[in-house]
Amino acid sequence: MYSRSYKTTVAIPPLIWVTFFLLIPYAILFCYGFWSVNSLQVVVRSWNLENYQELIRNPMYLTVLFRSMRIAASVTLLALLLGYPLAYYVSFHAAKRKELLYQLVIIPLWASYLVRGYAWKTILGREGVLNGVLNFLHVTGALELLQYHLNSFFSSHATFHTWHVTLAPMSFLLYSPFAVILMLTHIYAPFTFLPIYASMEHIPRNLLEASHDLGASPWKTFRRVVLPLSLPGVIAGCTFAFVLTLGDFLAPLLVGGPSGIMISNIIASQFGAAFNWPLGAAISVCLLFIVVGLLFLTERLERKLSFS
Amino acid sequence: MISQASRGETGSAVSASTNTLLSIRNVEKGFGSRRVLRGISLNIDPGEFLTILGESGSGKTTLLRLIAGFETADRGEIWMENRRLDTVPPYRREVNTVFQSYALFPHFSVFENVAYGLRAKGTAKHEVPERVKAALAMVKMSEFAATAPARLSGGQQQRVALARALVNRPRVLLLDEPLSALDANLRRQMQAELKSLQREIGITFIYVTHDQEEAMALSDRIALLRAGSLEQVATPREIYRRPETSYTARFIGQTNILRAEVRDGVASSGVIAWRTPAASGTATFSLRPEEIRLVPTQSPEVQPNGSVARFKGNVVNQTFGGAMDFLEVDCGSGQTVRARVANPGPLNGEHLFEFNVNDAVRVRDTEEI
Repeated sequence: MYSRSYKTTVAIPPLIWVTFFLLIPYAILFCYGFWSVNSLQVVVRSWNLENYQELIRNPMYLTVLFRSMRIAASVTLLALLLGYPLAYYVSFHAAKRKELLYQLVIIPLWASYLVRGYAWKTILGREGVLNGVLNFLHVTGALELLQYHLNSFFSSHATFHTWHVTLAPMSFLLYSPFAVILMLTHIYAPFTFLPIYASMEHIPRNLLEASHDLGASPWKTFRRVVLPLSLPGVIAGCTFAFVLTLGDFLAPLLVGGPSGIMISNIIASQFGAAFNWPLGAAISVCLLFIVVGLLFLTERLERKLSFS
Repeated sequence: MISQASRGETGSAVSASTNTLLSIRNVEKGFGSRRVLRGISLNIDPGEFLTILGESGSGKTTLLRLIAGFETADRGEIWMENRRLDTVPPYRREVNTVFQSYALFPHFSVFENVAYGLRAKGTAKHEVPERVKAALAMVKMSEFAATAPARLSGGQQQRVALARALVNRPRVLLLDEPLSALDANLRRQMQAELKSLQREIGITFIYVTHDQEEAMALSDRIALLRAGSLEQVATPREIYRRPETSYTARFIGQTNILRAEVRDGVASSGVIAWRTPAASGTATFSLRPEEIRLVPTQSPEVQPNGSVARFKGNVVNQTFGGAMDFLEVDCGSGQTVRARVANPGPLNGEHLFEFNVNDAVRVRDTEEI
């Protein structure tokens, strides 16, 4: 139906896009990973594996990587716990409020990420909104204990002052992995909600009627029809939250403090203050492989779970 | 109603018998400002094949959904034997539905689809495989037990949907236009299978369709629904031969609606006049095309007695229909009568027609002229 020349013409823009914005930058990044810097901090283009050896030799990198994964997993879990019930309610039981609720979930996505980050800083800060309220209610003591336990779970013994720019005194809620998780959950929960909601919207409503008709109660219907058929959305939503969190570097910068540093902050500092582009590139390549591997796995899982 | 000559048909199909299974009492339902069902009362006997027939938008699917429990009536009650049904949630009703689009669970195999109802109701584990196998055998789908629904054809999905409903041994099976998505041949085959299946297992079927031929072929009784009200409830033969209203007469099969002036026991509509026991005044009659006969040209002089009426008309259109030809007869002054005549050969010009006066059935005029 379409001529060969037509097909070639429409394929040019994506080809240019992929080449100049993906393939070439990644190739450069990949090359840098095998180069090094000399004592004058000048990049030496001699091929070696030193950067990758350094990543294994120094336990700090793996520690931060695992912490980033723990934070990403926590954000994913919280976003799922928030997003799934919300998606279920909006999709199946919101009736006339459906459109309104959907828009309310979407609207924050139009606001700048940075604005929301600074908002959390204001809320969580020592002189912040939350502290004011909690102080007023005299519940700070109990929360302090909770926060202490949370942070000791996420932070390792080492702190990384060298890479951090906004070092501030430890505060009550701010500057902790807890604050990073809270902020990123707020920011990425809609990304978890959306694919779950979309997969629920695709469930034919007469399947629920058929289930009720065959004697299954609303709870049984949820367990045997809604849940299995919404799993592809759950996988997609969790992948979004996990991958976006894993690569985030602004939240640790804004609210993370030394104990809330993540792998992207280390990459950023290598390209910035530390001026070691080859090492930064090597960490980036590792992170890239982790993410691509994850996407590959979840993609397969998603396909296995969908039936349409 | 004007009494008709006896044809061996027994009437009073609407009257409630003592062993009524399902009783719909004065049910009303509206969506917003739109009233979908207005005061529906209907009794259904055990083992009956009842068809709810109506045009789209007549409320037939809504009535079915009320019985299944997917909708709640605004007013009125539904009873099953001596228990109230309309207050029971759908998952506790001894009623199962075959959906128009089948609604098979895509994430389960055919076997698991059929087992769904049994498992949901906590049927003993060892009993499930036997009953599922029996149900699949009943609809001739045994070999597809392990197949995913998406791999089945429409007709096969239809059979699985039927097995999935029947395996629960419901008191009433509801079928919502189950054959509408199938092609004509498969449809006829499934009609025959449904009918024999229903006779075999003796479960009450409530069948919704807009296809009057399907309704006539399958049903013990037809409930004709028109704009949310029951127009007539009767056996197919009765509803065809003795329609109570002009709408029924027109909807079920084809007919000629004759609006007549009655004076001294003679009805006259245009050039057609016949004896009737109706009282003087205006009256409406239904005359089926196949009740009109062509009078052979050799014997027009044989005078008919009072039980036969004759009229002359020009054949303006003749459609060959195999055994019966369909004629459009112009009787003059704008009156057109349709007739179905067996093997008349090619016709044109003026001809003489006759019909038995008893075949002009008095109906209530429920349509605007």
